[in-house]
Amino acid sequence: MSEAREFKHIGQRTIRPDGFDKVTGKANYGADLSLPGMIWGAILRSPHAHANIKKLDVSRAEASPEVLAIATFEDFPSVNSASQIAGTQRMSLMDTACNILANQKVLYHGQAVAAIAARTEAAAIAALDLIDVEYEVLSPVLSIDAAIAEGAPILHETMMTQGLAEPATIASNISARMELKKGDIEAGFAAADVIVERSYDTPTVHQGYIEPHATTVAFNENGPSMIWCPTQGHFDVRARVAQLMNLELGQLKVVASEIGGGFGGKTTVYLEPVALILSKKSGRPVKMAMSRQDVFRASGPASASQSHIKIGAKMDGTITAMQATLHYEAGAFQGSPMGPGCMTVFTPYDVENLYVEGFDVVVNKPKVAAYRAPGAPQSEFAAEMAVNELAKKIGMDPIELRLKNAAKEGTQTIYGPKLKVVGLVACLEAAKSSPHYNAPIPENVGRGLAAGFWFNIGGQSSVIINLNPDGTGTIIEGSPDIGGSRASMQMMAAEILGIAPARLNPIVADTEHVAYNQTTGGSRTTFATGMAVVEAAEDIVGQLKARAAAMWNVTAEQVDFQDGVAHNLAGEDQLTLAEICATAEKTGGQISGRANINARGAGPSFAVHICDIKVDKETGKTDVVRYTAIQDAGKAIHPGYVEGQFQGGAVQGIGWALNEEYVYSKDGVMENAGFLDYRIPLASDLPEIETIIVEVPNSFHPFGVRGVGETGIIPPLAAVGTAVAEAIGQPISSLPCSPPKILKLLMPEI
Amino acid sequence: MKSHVTTTINGDPVEFLCEPAQTLLQVLRNDLGMTGTKEGCGSGDCGACSVIFDGELVCACLVLGVEAEGAEIETVEGVAAHDQLHVIQEKFLEHAALQCGICTPGLIISTKALLEENPSPTEAEARYYLAGNLCRCTGYDKIIKAVMDAAATMRQGA
Repeated sequence: MSEAREFKHIGQRTIRPDGFDKVTGKANYGADLSLPGMIWGAILRSPHAHANIKKLDVSRAEASPEVLAIATFEDFPSVNSASQIAGTQRMSLMDTACNILANQKVLYHGQAVAAIAARTEAAAIAALDLIDVEYEVLSPVLSIDAAIAEGAPILHETMMTQGLAEPATIASNISARMELKKGDIEAGFAAADVIVERSYDTPTVHQGYIEPHATTVAFNENGPSMIWCPTQGHFDVRARVAQLMNLELGQLKVVASEIGGGFGGKTTVYLEPVALILSKKSGRPVKMAMSRQDVFRASGPASASQSHIKIGAKMDGTITAMQATLHYEAGAFQGSPMGPGCMTVFTPYDVENLYVEGFDVVVNKPKVAAYRAPGAPQSEFAAEMAVNELAKKIGMDPIELRLKNAAKEGTQTIYGPKLKVVGLVACLEAAKSSPHYNAPIPENVGRGLAAGFWFNIGGQSSVIINLNPDGTGTIIEGSPDIGGSRASMQMMAAEILGIAPARLNPIVADTEHVAYNQTTGGSRTTFATGMAVVEAAEDIVGQLKARAAAMWNVTAEQVDFQDGVAHNLAGEDQLTLAEICATAEKTGGQISGRANINARGAGPSFAVHICDIKVDKETGKTDVVRYTAIQDAGKAIHPGYVEGQFQGGAVQGIGWALNEEYVYSKDGVMENAGFLDYRIPLASDLPEIETIIVEVPNSFHPFGVRGVGETGIIPPLAAVGTAVAEAIGQPISSLPCSPPKILKLLMPEI
Repeated sequence: MKSHVTTTINGDPVEFLCEPAQTLLQVLRNDLGMTGTKEGCGSGDCGACSVIFDGELVCACLVLGVEAEGAEIETVEGVAAHDQLHVIQEKFLEHAALQCGICTPGLIISTKALLEENPSPTEAEARYYLAGNLCRCTGYDKIIKAVMDAAATMRQGA
C-alpha cells in the first residue's frame, strides 16, 4: 500500500490552480455577482426572541412604488413536514421554511419574518419599515436548564420527546433522547479502583467564516432558474429550494461561487429561496447579502452543551467504564448534532463498558448548523478533560494513560462497527516523542494534551475529465473547494495520467454540468471526490491504451501506460498522452473519463494536540505560548493544505476554548453580534502552530487518504482547558476560559 | 443628491457618482465592479476590505465614497503588474497561506502596507500589524511565514 509507493506529484507542495485569482482579487465569491437589471432584497427580522405573530400586514409596502416584490411564508407553495437528511443535521422541510420566513411565531431574535426587493440595497432596507408586524411577546428560553425546567415556556406545542421508553404525552422542549451502550456499565464501575465524575459546559459559538451569506438569483419562467451562492453543497441547495418552491430539480441551476469559509455553516439555505420568490415576483434578478450581525444572529451557530461524565479505572490506568449524559442546544428547531456527539464521545478509548445518553433541546436561539465535526468538540471536550483528571488522580502521564486504553484496529465502537486500521496510537507515539512534549514546561505555564476522533464520510461524487487535442485537460468536479481541494484533485489526476498537474484545470461545475455530488462536509472531498477523480483518470488511461493499441494494431492488453507514455509491449513503439490526444480524431474522437461513485470506506482520523498556556493571574488573560497539532492524514496529498487544516482547526478550537461565546441579554438578544465583541483569534494572539502529519494509510482509498478537515477542532478544547487548569491550579469545567471566568476562579471573593 | 467624485484607483483616473451615505467599499464593489475588495463585517473589524488610501492602510467600509475626492487609492486589483504577481502574492501561494481566500485580498494589501512601512518586521511586529485582518481558516501560521519570507525576498531584491 501507499507507504512503499513512490509518487511524482502526490505529497508535493504545488501551487493551487485557483491561487492566482485569489491573490489578485479576481476570484468571485457569493456577493460578487451582479446581473443586468438586478435589484436588491432585504429581510425584516424579528426584534423578539420568542413571540407570536398576531398580524403581518404588507399593504403599505405593496402600495409603495419603491417596492418591487415582497416575500412571506405564504409564498412557499407547498410545505409539509417531510423530514430529510442534510449533512449531519436533521431538519424537516417545515422547520427549514419557518427558519427562512417565520410562520405565525418567531423563535429567536433575528429570525426572518418577511423580505422586500427594491432597486438598491438602501431602498430595500428602508422599505422594511413599511411592513407592519404585531407581536405577542413570550418569555424566551435561553439555556438547556431553562428549557428542560418544569413549567418552561414551550417553543413548539406539538413537539413530543422522541426516543423515550414510554411515548411522551405532553409537549416538551426536548425533541429527542438517544441512548448508546456497550458491555455492563454497573459492573464496569464496580470493578474500578477510582472514579472521576464531573460536569462540563460549552457556550454557543459561531463558525465565524469571514464571508457573510449572499446570493444572486435569476428566476426564469422558461428554463432553469439560476441561483449563485457560496455553499458547501450546491446540489443540496438545489434540492432544498426545489422542495420549498415545489419545483423539479431540472428547473434549477445552482452555481457554487467561490466560498469564503463555511466550516459546516454553509450546508443549508437561508437567503436563496427568499431571493427566488422575490425574483419570480419582480421578474428581475435579485441579490441578497447578510450583514455580519445577521450572520451571527440568524445563521446557524454551533450548539451550546452540557455534559456529565463519569469514568472508572484501575490504579494501573485500565479504564473499566465510561458514562456520559449529553445535552445539546438545537436552537429554535430540533436537530442538534447530539447523535454524532454521543457516538464520538468515548471512541478514542477501547473500553469494555460504556453508556451514553443524549438529549436534543430546543431554545430561543438561532437554529444550529454543522460546525466542523458537529457535536464532537463538545462531548469529547468533556471526556478528555475527565480523562486528564483521571491521569492526575492516579499519577499517570496522560499519553501513557491514553496508550493503555487507546482505540485501535478491532475496537468495538459504541455506535456499531469495529474500527479498521486507525492512527491513534501512532499519533500518541508521535506526541510522546515530539519536541514540544519533551520540552520543559516554563514557569507560570500550564500544559494540556487531548485526543480527538471524527468518523469522516464518503458518499456520492461525480467527476468528468476531458482531454484536449494538445494533451491538456479539465477536471470537472462538483465538490465546492473550501480549502484548496482543487489542488489535490489536480495532483491525484496528474499522478494517474503521468502529466504535470498544471496541465489539468480543475473546476467546480454547477449542477447542470456534472452529476450529483454530496455536500463538501464530513471531511469527504479529498477522500471521496478524490477517489472519483482517480477512477475517471483510470478510465482515461484505459482509453489511451485502446487508442494506442489501435494505432499499433495490437490489443489493449499489449499496451502498457507509465508516466504519461503508452508503450507497445509487442514492439518498440511509444506514444505520449499528448500524442494520443493529438490523433484522437482518427482513433474514435476525443477522450473523456468519467466516474460516478458512492465511496465507501472513509477512514477515521484521530488527532492529539499539545498546548502550553500562560495565565496572567492579575487580569485572567491567557496566552497560548506553544501549540502542536498531530493528526493522522492517511496520506497527505498536499502537505501544505493538510497542515493548514490542522492549524485552522486548532485555532478555531483555541478560540472556542478561550474567548468565543454568544452573550445574551435576558430578553434573548445576542449582545456581541460583531467581530469586535465576538472575538475570534487574531494573528497577534497566537504562536506558531506546530504540526506533525502522521500517515497511517486508509486501504480503501487508492492513495491512502483519510479526511483531515474536521478532527483538528476537537482536541484543542480540552488541551487548552487542561493547560489553563494546570496554569491556575484549579479545575476547569466551563468554556470559554475567558478572563472574567478565570479571575472568578482565582479570586472567588471578587 | 449624488456627488461627483474624481479619484485615482490603482493609477487609473476614475470618476463616479455616489450618495453621501455610500461607503468607499460599496462604491468599489457595487458601482465600479471592483469586487476584489471583500466585505466581511462592514464595521472595520475584519480587514477584508483593506485598501491603501493616500498611503495609509484603511478599511474601505469605514471611508465614505465622497472622501475619495482627489485621493490615491490602491486595491488588491492593483498589486500585481499585469500577470506578474507581486512577491507578497507569490509567497502567499508558495506557503499555502490561504484556504478559502476571502481574507486574502485584505491581507495582501495590509502586508504591502506593513512592508512599505517596515521592511524588516519581526514576527511579533508582523502579527500585531496584521491583527486587524481576520482569517478563520489558516490559524495565521502560514500567513506569517509567507509575510516573513516576502519581507526577506523583498529586502534581497531592494
